[in-house]
Amino acid sequence: MDSGAGESSAADEYESLMSTTDAELLKSAWRNEKAAPEILKFDADLVQRSRQQIQLMEEMVDEFNKNGVDPLTVSLYQMDLDRTMFLLRSYLRTRLQKIEKYVFHVEKTVELWNRLSKQEQKFARRCAGDLKHHLEQSALSKLPDQYQSHLRQSAASEDDDMIPEPQLDIYVVCRSKRYLGAFQLDDGGEEPVNIEADDLYALPYKSIKPLVESGQIDLV
Amino acid sequence: MAGASEPQASAFSAAELEFLAEDEMIEIVPNLRMDPLNFISGDFGPFRPQIATQVPLWLAVALKKRGKCTIRAPEWMSVDKLAQVLEAERDSEKFQHLPFHYVEIARLLFDYAREDIPDIYMVRSLIEDIKDVRFHKIGTGLEIISRERTYALRLKNLSAMEANIVRPFVTRALETFYKLSSSEMIQESDHIPNRQPQATNRGPRRQLKDR
Repeated sequence: MDSGAGESSAADEYESLMSTTDAELLKSAWRNEKAAPEILKFDADLVQRSRQQIQLMEEMVDEFNKNGVDPLTVSLYQMDLDRTMFLLRSYLRTRLQKIEKYVFHVEKTVELWNRLSKQEQKFARRCAGDLKHHLEQSALSKLPDQYQSHLRQSAASEDDDMIPEPQLDIYVVCRSKRYLGAFQLDDGGEEPVNIEADDLYALPYKSIKPLVESGQIDLV
Repeated sequence: MAGASEPQASAFSAAELEFLAEDEMIEIVPNLRMDPLNFISGDFGPFRPQIATQVPLWLAVALKKRGKCTIRAPEWMSVDKLAQVLEAERDSEKFQHLPFHYVEIARLLFDYAREDIPDIYMVRSLIEDIKDVRFHKIGTGLEIISRERTYALRLKNLSAMEANIVRPFVTRALETFYKLSSSEMIQESDHIPNRQPQATNRGPRRQLKDR
């Protein structure tokens, strides 16, 4: 994108990517998911790896307990395990909350739909079905014919205008790990913003979205 | 709609910020012997009595609670350093550099490792003062954005807790500016008679303020 970072940093980027642990990655996925208005791409590989690590660790803690390893050590391992599990659960839960909130929007927008995991898609489908059923039963079926859609105000509406959507033009607070140089906020032809490493900025989510998706900037 | 506030106005709770701060590294001096710990979050140790080692804050606190180590207060938490920061903080409009999680780290150490911090009372009151000065600056900073149109804001050296506190005000204020100047709004206002004509462009972008 229009990050003025240049090619020279590609190697650095690779370097830093390789040295980042999954715990670190999970933490930033969680933060981004919590701070972004829309649902982000499900990080299937990361979740898979984190699950495996948790499972491995659980087995290890059981093993420790059986073998009479010093209870202090065991409790420390357990704490580390609990912290990782908290992150993973909170990450998944934050996503479910977003899906629930914008379920009709997510369901009809292919791009968003593809960001969900298989299980999330299943959840979204059921959630949309239930919500539709509920709306129909409790209100819509009692309205005149032209007002019975759960997606439209009336049959006369040109498009689906009763679907809550996330607002993408809200501002978010973000921080870049590296100097990104001059960054054009939108196509307004205004002065670009210089994004320095490790500094906080309040910027419109819409304009930094590509940077969030490519992992160049973290929401905080 | 301007009024539709998003729940992420306050993205993180204080407890969640503390959770994040607990991953910051700190030096401890163990008084026990323990093998290296190979955690999901990284490898720490080995632990040998009287030999200092770096661990995440949560681990330091856990060991401390059980009386298995002393915690070395970080360098920035000395009376000298803090006095300097406070002075600079008072003299300058800018925010001084402090750890991103300084509020949370200080709080955790005060709660669990009071006897490990030299001159704790002094340190504590200095940090309180620094916090106050900075919050005051945040307040005046917000007045500045409300006077001048701003479309991007640099929050230089603002800490996690501070950013979290100003987030709802700052983001909403910026959103409102953004909306007021967007072309849709201008078109809409054309239909309404007797309204002040609005500027057609967003005016010069505000110099990013070192707030």
